[in-house]
Amino acid sequence: MATIELHQVEKKFGDFPAVKPMDLTIQDGEFLVLLGPSGCGKTTTLRMISGLETVTGGTISLNGRNVTWLHPSERDVAFVFQFFALYPHMTVRQNIVFPLQAERMAPADIDKRVAEVVKMLRIEHLMSQRPGTLSGGDQQRAALARALVRRPAAFLMDEPLGALDAELREAMRAEIKQLHIDQHATTVYVTHDQIEAMAMGDRIVVMSNAVVQQVGTPAEVYYNPANLFVARFIGSPGMNLVQGQFADQTVRFSGEQNYEVPAEWKPAIKKATGSNSVTVGFRPEAAHLSESGALVGEVYAVDIHGSYSMLHVKLAGSNGDFEIVHVRTDRRTNYPIGAQVRFDLNPEMVRFFDTSSEAAIQRENA
Amino acid sequence: MASFEETGPRIPVVVSTRVDKIHPISRLSRTIRAIAVVVVALILLLPVVAMGITAFKSRNAVVSVPPSLIPVPNGDVLRVEANELKRDTGEISIARNFFAPTLEGFVFLLTERAQAGPARAAELRTQAQEGQLSIFDQIALDNGQEILGPSDYVARLRNSLIIAGISTIVSVVLGLFAAYAFSRFRIPGESDLLFFILSTRMLPPVVVTIPLFLMYRQLNLHDTHFGMILLYTVFNLSLSVWLLKGFIDEIPKEYEEAALVDGYSRLQAFVKVVLPQAVGGIAATTVFCLIFAWNEYAFALMLTSDTARTAPPSIATMLGRGGIEWSAIAAGSLGFLIPVVIVTFALRKYLLRGVTFGAIRK
Amino acid sequence: MSNITLQGITKTFRDVTALSKVSFEVEDGEFFVLLGPTGAGKTTTLRIISGLERQDEGTVSFDGEDVSDLPPADRDVAFVFQQYSLYPTMSVYDNLAFPLRSPLRNMPEPEIKTRVENAAETLRIGHLLERKTAKLSGGEMQRVAIGRAIVRTPRIYVMDEPLSNLDAKLRESLRVDLQHLQKTQRSTTLFVTHDQIEALTMADRIGVLCQGEIVQIGTPEDIYDRPASTFVAELVGTPHINLVEARRDDGAIFIKDSQVRMSATNGGKLPPSFLLGVRPEDVQPSTSGEYSGKIALTEPLGAETIVHIRSGDQDFLSLIAGMTDLKLGDEVKFNIALDRLHFFDSKSGNRIS
Repeated sequence: MATIELHQVEKKFGDFPAVKPMDLTIQDGEFLVLLGPSGCGKTTTLRMISGLETVTGGTISLNGRNVTWLHPSERDVAFVFQFFALYPHMTVRQNIVFPLQAERMAPADIDKRVAEVVKMLRIEHLMSQRPGTLSGGDQQRAALARALVRRPAAFLMDEPLGALDAELREAMRAEIKQLHIDQHATTVYVTHDQIEAMAMGDRIVVMSNAVVQQVGTPAEVYYNPANLFVARFIGSPGMNLVQGQFADQTVRFSGEQNYEVPAEWKPAIKKATGSNSVTVGFRPEAAHLSESGALVGEVYAVDIHGSYSMLHVKLAGSNGDFEIVHVRTDRRTNYPIGAQVRFDLNPEMVRFFDTSSEAAIQRENA
Repeated sequence: MASFEETGPRIPVVVSTRVDKIHPISRLSRTIRAIAVVVVALILLLPVVAMGITAFKSRNAVVSVPPSLIPVPNGDVLRVEANELKRDTGEISIARNFFAPTLEGFVFLLTERAQAGPARAAELRTQAQEGQLSIFDQIALDNGQEILGPSDYVARLRNSLIIAGISTIVSVVLGLFAAYAFSRFRIPGESDLLFFILSTRMLPPVVVTIPLFLMYRQLNLHDTHFGMILLYTVFNLSLSVWLLKGFIDEIPKEYEEAALVDGYSRLQAFVKVVLPQAVGGIAATTVFCLIFAWNEYAFALMLTSDTARTAPPSIATMLGRGGIEWSAIAAGSLGFLIPVVIVTFALRKYLLRGVTFGAIRK
Repeated sequence: MSNITLQGITKTFRDVTALSKVSFEVEDGEFFVLLGPTGAGKTTTLRIISGLERQDEGTVSFDGEDVSDLPPADRDVAFVFQQYSLYPTMSVYDNLAFPLRSPLRNMPEPEIKTRVENAAETLRIGHLLERKTAKLSGGEMQRVAIGRAIVRTPRIYVMDEPLSNLDAKLRESLRVDLQHLQKTQRSTTLFVTHDQIEALTMADRIGVLCQGEIVQIGTPEDIYDRPASTFVAELVGTPHINLVEARRDDGAIFIKDSQVRMSATNGGKLPPSFLLGVRPEDVQPSTSGEYSGKIALTEPLGAETIVHIRSGDQDFLSLIAGMTDLKLGDEVKFNIALDRLHFFDSKSGNRIS
């Protein structure tokens, strides 16, 4: 299969930078997810890898071969589009065969290849139908089959589940991941849905404003976000982020509350910020309600999810402002709106950020 | 392909392009297409340019061979000299294409004149020397003619403005209401009705002029402004209903429904919410209706004679009177173009949407 | 605020039945969510309540007063649409003032100004008042749309998927604000969605619609813990409920295509074959687990991980807290919470209790 290397790859539309120079190596057999909000440059990056978009700087290599200026058809990559891009006037079979016919493959070989992918995707019964008559999931299966049948060096997928409804998305997500496990083909997958990225990716590239914010495994981006953007973007809801002033081993929030910083963090925070503004970050599951909790807030709203509850707690700020933090609790707990609650933070799961640079503060080797 | 691959694009890529789009061959084909568009546009503009030039030519210049194209103050003299030079020596001069611009065409267009007898002409010449003649009289005199009074061109133009203007407004207003109804309500036989409305456009006007003529004579609508306005409105209504329905279909009905639950009546919601958003469609429809009513010839020729006669048939009849005054016809056509050009120019940004309506979907 | 009563509402479009004999009540101050897939008739129900559509049969009453024949303007309902309801030619202020300027209300401008400013403050859109609506982001637009509903203190609020066009983060924050607003104002709200998370998290009670019929009405707990049918069971909960064919034999439950055999708790009442439902959080890997399987897939979501456990030819989804060290292909033992099993009739799909 293939490794893909991006070296200082850059894209500008006029003066507008769509992708600022980025380096990235995608390992052979890896499932890499490009994640970010719309307009962050993730799709442009994918399109540059495919050759559908030219680069304005840098080089792209596939297995060590420089493909920067090759036509898309000469790169040996397959592209799966969000809106399937199946040819509406052809049957599913004709759609799947189409790329092989372009390569002038012998009919017997074609039949063998088609039979293989069709079985893998369980679409035997759809072969003589036209795409228009299929459900969204089946259309995307057919589109995947058309990509798979070529046995390309790499798969590039642009939000392939974006056009499906939530339920189907969940099922197709597992299906594509399963397919990747079976095939082990290098895959670059673009999505704006962080759940999809977490669930599917071997590694995730988080992008924002044309810049790569962090590259890491799902656990790394979830537990150790590199900056405030990643902390906010990953997780549903995102990480709770509360600003305060660091002094005397504690962080003082604007609402006159104090949070005692875990000992192992103190030197690092002191070094990074002096006694300045620091942002405390914690995942909803890092907070737990407790009668003697150090932090106090007022219930703003309660969500009952199937298997748990989410408490939205209002932390008072200075002059009437407030901030809402999310606390994950057992689903049986129920609090009236306006009730006062106390909670503590799990010291293992608290993170700190430099408020002015937005970057995460790294703990000195503990 | 090889060299291209190694060197990359020769110019910095500044717009979003696919690799195959910056290939030299595809760049060349884009240039060729651009040139073709310019050439076609020039060809299409040629009649208008010819008309504009002709309107300012004298009788002689109009019929000169080869046609003179370049206005120069004493062009007539230069042209004659150049032609003689050619006859004598075979030498070709650019002056053969000169003509002297004059307002002769406009004077002929706007006035009724008669040949001035020798005595009258001498009298006028003395007045001219004393500076008592207006520029119009002077021009007529140069052609041996005397101005008797204004022609009916201005009256015809005014008729055109009244009839085309009112019928356009009425058909757009009625069309809006009909289109709104078709777009928003479930109407029994909706598609049949729409088809039926369009059917008024299916016969060429010439075929129905005779029956209309007989009807109009019976109803005393012949040669009346009202009759012509009615006719053009009916004819334009199908166009305006169809065009406007397309535009209104594109305005989500949630807007009015929001207004309905907010405490407004259907008509109030229509006026306050739908109309402001349909401005583009209304403008495009207005231009199309106006152009039709303004240019219409066959009905106007048959159904009007004097009081309500519009400009198109009246310009055409200039062809028949005595010698053909080409410059007067050109001047008349030029004057006739101006109002519709102004309106179209003012609303031009909506026109492209109008032409392509329905083809662009969100 | 008012209560709403729907009695035997039936509506057909040409020959398609959109709603058939729909009856339910929304109490004064209640947050009632209509949940169902696309085409279930949710939006039609809202449109009938607000008067934008007329039912063929049945009555709609507010506070016991039959409003079936009142035009929308006279019903005093505030409608929040999914999209396209802010007037693009007007500023945010004029949009908010629009319902108050209705000839029905005849409100003086100073009072309109106060009301608009109050609503803007509640929804934190005060800084947007002078903007044209076309210049707003999706989240801001929907805040303005909600603002336009709250300025006029109507009898009831109806909301048609107001959050579904927003991206995940915005949806989340607006949902929490909406919940807070409704709970503190105790406004009667009928909210339509196809998103089960919205329904579970916001509702006092949920009505589940399927093909024009109400299939279950209850609190979120009722719907989640005691779904009336396989349709409801599959509609709520992420990830999906595990729904497998099973048979009863000798006081034990056997799951098809797997080695799982459970001692039935109410084996006596069960038919010989049926559908068994198990929520993913009720399937937990454990070293002392009773059943064994192999890891087929793991999907880390951050706070929790979905683990696909293959036992025989049957995949069970398990939802566990946090991240996991379990790897693809690992042999695992797992437990199923026997007191939280759901039984359904294999033919009708109805719950067997």
